[in-house]
Amino acid sequence: MEQEAKFSWSSIFEEAGNQVGFMGSFVRNMFRGGFEGNELIRQCYNIGYKSFSLTAITGLILGMVMTLQSIPTMKQFGAVSFVPAMVSISVIREIGPVIIALICSGKIASSIGAELGSMKVTEQIDAMEVSGANPIQYLVVTRIIACTFMIPLLTLMADALALLGGYIGANLGGHISLLLYFNKAIASLQFSDIFPATIKTIFFGFAIGFIGCYKGYNSNRGTESVGVAANSAVVNASLWIIVLDGIAVQLTSIFAYS
Amino acid sequence: METKTDTEQKVLPDKGAENNKEVVIKIEHLKKSFGSNEVLSDITVDLHKGENLVVLGRSGQGKSVAIKCIVGLLYQDSGELTVFDQDVKSLNETELKELRMRVGFLFQSGALYDSMTVRENLEFPLTRVKKMDKKDELDALVNEVLEGVGLPDAIDKMPSDLSGGQKKRIGLARTLILKPEIMLYDEPTTGLDPITSREISELILQMQKKYQTSSIIITHDLECAKITGDRLVVMNDGKFIAEGTYEELENSKDELVKSFFIKK
Ligand SMILES: Nc1ncnc2c1ncn2[C@@H]1O[C@H](COP(=O)(O)OP(=O)(O)OP(=O)(O)O)[C@@H](O)[C@H]1O
Ligand SMILES: [Mg+2]
Repeated sequence: MEQEAKFSWSSIFEEAGNQVGFMGSFVRNMFRGGFEGNELIRQCYNIGYKSFSLTAITGLILGMVMTLQSIPTMKQFGAVSFVPAMVSISVIREIGPVIIALICSGKIASSIGAELGSMKVTEQIDAMEVSGANPIQYLVVTRIIACTFMIPLLTLMADALALLGGYIGANLGGHISLLLYFNKAIASLQFSDIFPATIKTIFFGFAIGFIGCYKGYNSNRGTESVGVAANSAVVNASLWIIVLDGIAVQLTSIFAYS
Repeated sequence: METKTDTEQKVLPDKGAENNKEVVIKIEHLKKSFGSNEVLSDITVDLHKGENLVVLGRSGQGKSVAIKCIVGLLYQDSGELTVFDQDVKSLNETELKELRMRVGFLFQSGALYDSMTVRENLEFPLTRVKKMDKKDELDALVNEVLEGVGLPDAIDKMPSDLSGGQKKRIGLARTLILKPEIMLYDEPTTGLDPITSREISELILQMQKKYQTSSIIITHDLECAKITGDRLVVMNDGKFIAEGTYEELENSKDELVKSFFIKK
């Protein structure tokens, strides 16, 4: 099968070239008339609202677990009072954005890949094209923009819940008032923690939408390629998130923290 | 659906002959391969205005590939293909879009948008391509074509709630709603019961009469071929091996051609 192509440099460059081309047609179609507002809202609902509970639970437990895990260690240094600050900084700078983006790549990139892949296989995309409508505009632009919007929102929401989870975790070990906890957690945060992290999640969201759409839209004929599209969307989107995170850390340490 | 077409049908070939000069699709020596798999080896055919051309051929002979080339979903490797005197391969995005608005394509699978209701499916090309936005106009058109394919009750169903044959009829309705000048039907009656098949065949005939639509009809269904076809071609090994009216081909000497007409 073509899909199991052997590893070769030329195929990597070809793929990269195709992705650049796909990016080009995304950008072109985004600024062309006839923007699909209703569909964008529907996708925001699909992508944002339907991932809400998953990311909310993740955020809450993440904060709680981090607090519980770090209290014993910090105790050895007599620094338990630093736990809220430590948790909030690490969640907001790094762990929150990355974990939420990875979870969303599992949930959203795969479903976009599978949905567009099956539309491709059942000739729905061809049918749109043949009727003179613009499938990139209707299917791809809306999904990518929706992801780019919603992933940062989901991450911010999960971050906030992680702080709440941290409070719950702190209270499981000993009593600390909500006010005090949040004072400590939030006082330690700076603009340079939140802002670069949010910018980063915009890119994560874009990567999830883009890779999901690219893999789905370009899947091969045959039903098995729907599974391949979904799978490779998750794998590639996750990889992109890690790579983008690496780049973002370098950039923020140059511009924001210096 | 009206079924008084039986008598009128005999008038049609003359009508086709009248307009014989005007060629809407011209295909010459078309070749298309996928890797080492040569699908079309040498296709030459013209479609005249107002004519129904039926393509017969065994499964996997490349019939669907051939009509996909006509709308630029696939591109030929070599050979000429012009639609309304435009070379499809050399059209830019806007020109191709304009061409596609004049050509209707019924997919073999129906290709309904499965995240939308039947109504949304039918409105999709109207609002996107024809830029219609008046609710009552849209409703009127949607109801009209649904009546035409005999499924007025399906309007608010999801495609997943329809049977295979119903999907096909909705797919047909979605294509006809744009009133295209050329219709490409990929197996419009496959998988339908004999009664619905005949209704669809007659609908195709009606379209031809009402709007002077020129059509290419791919089918395995002899009755459909007989009802709709002004001219038939038989495809084998990526070539057209015979051409003529239904009666001519039915009485052909060629074994392969004859074998298509053996009734079970
Ligand atoms: N996009 C494509 N990529 C690769 N091969 C293709 C593609 N489209 C069609 N083929 C191949 O072309 C051949 C002809 O396919 P096609 O769908 O045109 O057959 P058909 O004559 O329409 O048959 P049927 O009556 O079963 O629909 C098949 O072998 C198919 O595998
Ligand atoms: Mg076919």
